[in-house]
Amino acid sequence: MPHDHDHDHDEGSELSPIALRVKALESLLVEKGYVEPEALDTLIETYETKIGPRNGARVVAKAWSDPKYKAWLLADATAAIASLGYTGRQGEHMVTVENTPGTHNLVVCTLCSCYPWSVLGLPPVWYKAPPYRSRAVIDPRGVLAEFGLTLPDDTAISVWDSTAEIRYLVLPMRPQGTEGWSAEKLSQLVTRDSMIGTGIALKPGATS
Amino acid sequence: MNGPQDLGGQMGFGPMAPETNEPLFHADWESRALALTLAMGATREWNIDKSRHARESLPPAKYLSMSYYEIWISGLIELMVGQGLVTREEATAGKMAVPPKPVAGKLLAKDVAAVLAKGGPTSRTAAAAPRFKPGDKVRTRNMHPTGHTRLPRYLRGHVGEIVRLHGAHVFPDTNAHGKGENPTTLYTVKFPARDIWGEARHPRDTVSADLWEPYLEPA
Repeated sequence: MPHDHDHDHDEGSELSPIALRVKALESLLVEKGYVEPEALDTLIETYETKIGPRNGARVVAKAWSDPKYKAWLLADATAAIASLGYTGRQGEHMVTVENTPGTHNLVVCTLCSCYPWSVLGLPPVWYKAPPYRSRAVIDPRGVLAEFGLTLPDDTAISVWDSTAEIRYLVLPMRPQGTEGWSAEKLSQLVTRDSMIGTGIALKPGATS
Repeated sequence: MNGPQDLGGQMGFGPMAPETNEPLFHADWESRALALTLAMGATREWNIDKSRHARESLPPAKYLSMSYYEIWISGLIELMVGQGLVTREEATAGKMAVPPKPVAGKLLAKDVAAVLAKGGPTSRTAAAAPRFKPGDKVRTRNMHPTGHTRLPRYLRGHVGEIVRLHGAHVFPDTNAHGKGENPTTLYTVKFPARDIWGEARHPRDTVSADLWEPYLEPA
């Protein structure tokens, strides 16, 4: 079990106050019958092994290699993504925004941590933290520079603040030199950050 | 509410700090906090808007000093205490002192995959025709409700353009307060970055947000 059980022998010295607090809460909620411990394990296992950015990478790679799919993805992202089996929580209503030489897209949630779980999994810490949430809307170029991405000055940046239940997936530009690649091979170039907009797709040769 | 969650445009939080090969969870308690929060949603004692409001109602100094899963756990405790599911003393002690309150549902391991795959769509049948169409110019209202809203402060009183219609969605401003789903037309509205942040911004940059019709008036 991905649990605290391993640490029970010396929890007093090992667990932080917040860890103890969460442990106490879990014990209470199980005792009161609100929560089934196995359901917690299954939830965690799902996000550790089944729902993550490889889902989104497959969506992007298919769009790169199939023009009809790309058109569908841009017109009705929810349905196009669902056709690959990615549906549900925090991906109920999807919109795909396409990067072009003229426009780069960047997704943020200034009010909380809205993120397309169904295709990207759980968000990284920085996505939920005040520096990114505060600055992505007012200083996107500064933010991108700190991620190591400097865009040409004539590229417009389009920031999408996820204020409702619409979840955004950035469709990065397909790297040059990938003509004839299979979707599976292309998907290896699609990073999580390239689908948030804080990065771009890897160049051929950058992957192992 | 003009709470600590409304961070767009604030300054002083420092640089981006992306971690290389960031783990999904940084400690076991984070994964349990996530799972507890998701599992307790199955009781249907609250909705996503009410849970967001619980988090943003935490004292600002506390909110800003907490990690995100700490915010979630603190919000969860407030929700559970508010609904009478647990007492504060029980939450601290980790021991039942009063009998459980009957609830509408419980998440079982065998149902997790189906529940996650289903999610919680917020689209609803529209009660009224959309007031605006793509291409229309709209001005966001200068409003400062003390309750929950999804119109960030930095976007109040600005002129933007409707770029997408999403149909009617649950209206968070009422749903967070037990005043009903009140399905209301949702739009994506695009604003020139310079109109919001001033001349120092790049002339072609834009900021878009998803905004409900009551946040908007014709411009």
